[in-house]
Amino acid sequence: MSEAEMEYVYAVGPGGLALDRTAPVAGVDGGTVRTVGGARGLTALVSAVPADRFAEEHLAPQLEDLERLEAIARAHHAVVDAAFATATVLPMRLATVYRDQTRVAAMLDEQHAYFEELLRTLDGHVELGLKVYAEPRAAAPAEEPEPAGASPGRAYLQRRRAERRRAQDTYGAARDTAEQAAQVASALASARAVHRPQQGEWSAGRGENVANEAYLVPRQHVDRFRTELGALASDLPGVTIEVTGPWAPYSFAGGVAS
Amino acid sequence: MSDSLAGRMPGPPRTAPSYAGQGSSANLADILERVLDKGIVIAGDIQINLLDIELLTIKLRLLVASVDKAKEMGIDWWEHDPSLSSRAQPSATAPAAPDPALSEENERLRAEIARLRAAAELPAGQEADAAARPEPAEQETGRE
Repeated sequence: MSEAEMEYVYAVGPGGLALDRTAPVAGVDGGTVRTVGGARGLTALVSAVPADRFAEEHLAPQLEDLERLEAIARAHHAVVDAAFATATVLPMRLATVYRDQTRVAAMLDEQHAYFEELLRTLDGHVELGLKVYAEPRAAAPAEEPEPAGASPGRAYLQRRRAERRRAQDTYGAARDTAEQAAQVASALASARAVHRPQQGEWSAGRGENVANEAYLVPRQHVDRFRTELGALASDLPGVTIEVTGPWAPYSFAGGVAS
Repeated sequence: MSDSLAGRMPGPPRTAPSYAGQGSSANLADILERVLDKGIVIAGDIQINLLDIELLTIKLRLLVASVDKAKEMGIDWWEHDPSLSSRAQPSATAPAAPDPALSEENERLRAEIARLRAAAELPAGQEADAAARPEPAEQETGRE
C-alpha cells in the first residue's frame, strides 16, 4: 500500500466473505477489489484509490460532475452487487474512504454490534424496487373520432377536453394502482421504504412516475412479488408497474452509525 | 463504465424490461438514489462523509450545478427537500403528508383553478398534467 493511496469501502459483510475469483469485478477507477477482515468477524470490501483524487478537496468537485459521479456510482454498485450475489452485505454510502486498511479494520471492530445486528435483520432478504407510471397518451384510442359536422375550433376544444379527462382518469387509475400495489407488496415484504418519484428523461418512456418505493422481501417471496405485482396493471391502459432488482438492501441498511 | 452519460443522453431513454436486472444495466437514477441517498453512513477518514446536512449540501451543489442534466436524468430530490428548497412540498405519494390540512387546502385550490381553467378553456403549458398532478410552477399565474 503506497502512501499515495487510500481505501474506498464498498460494503461490509460477514466474516469469511469471499470474492468470486471466477468473475472478478473492478472497483472505482478500475481498482482491484479486496477483502479486509476485522478482529471480530466482519469483512469489508475495499479497493485502493489514488489519494490525490479522493482527498477531501478533490472529491467534492468530482461528485458535482455527473459523468464522473456516474462512473463512481456504477463502479460502487457493481462491487456491492457482485458481493450481494454470494452473501448478505451492507452497502456503504458512496465515497466512504479511509486512510489505510488498518483504519478500515478498526472501523469494523468499532461498529461490530451495529453491523452484526443489521446483517441478522437483513439476512435472507433482498430489496425490490416498485415503480408505478401513468402515461395518458398510451391510454388514448388509436384513432381519434372526429366529431361530424363540428367546426375546427369546436372539434379542437372537444379533443382537448377528452385529453384532459383521459389524463385525469389515467392519473387516478395510476394512484389507485399504486395504493393496491403497496398493499400487495407490503403483504409479502418485511419493510417498505418510500423514494421520491423520478422525473424527466429517464421516466419519459414510461410516462410519469407516480410512485417509487422499495421493499425488503424474503428471498422465497421474490417470484411471487413479481407475479402478483405484474398482474396488477396488466389490463389498465396507460398504467405500468415496474419491479426492479433484486438489489442489495440499500434502502434498509440506511441510517447513521453511532 | 465506457458508456458515458454524454454518449447516451441524446438518444431515447433505454427501455428497461419490465423486471429490470440490477446489474450494470440498471437505471442510473435507480442506482444514484440508492448509493447517494441510502446505504450505511459512517464517518470515514475523509471528511466528505456525506453526513446529514453535509450530504444534502453536496447533493444540492452537485445537482444544482447542472440542474438541466440532473433533471434529464430524473433527479430532482432537492426540489422536494424542505431543508433545501422553498419550493419543496410533501411528496404526493408519501404515506403521510406532514401537514394534511394545508395539503388538502392546496389540493382543493389547485383543483378549483384547474376546473376554472377547464371551463374557460384557457391555454396552459401542460394543463392536462397540471390538472391531475399540480406543480407549483404551473400554478403561479393562476394564483395571483
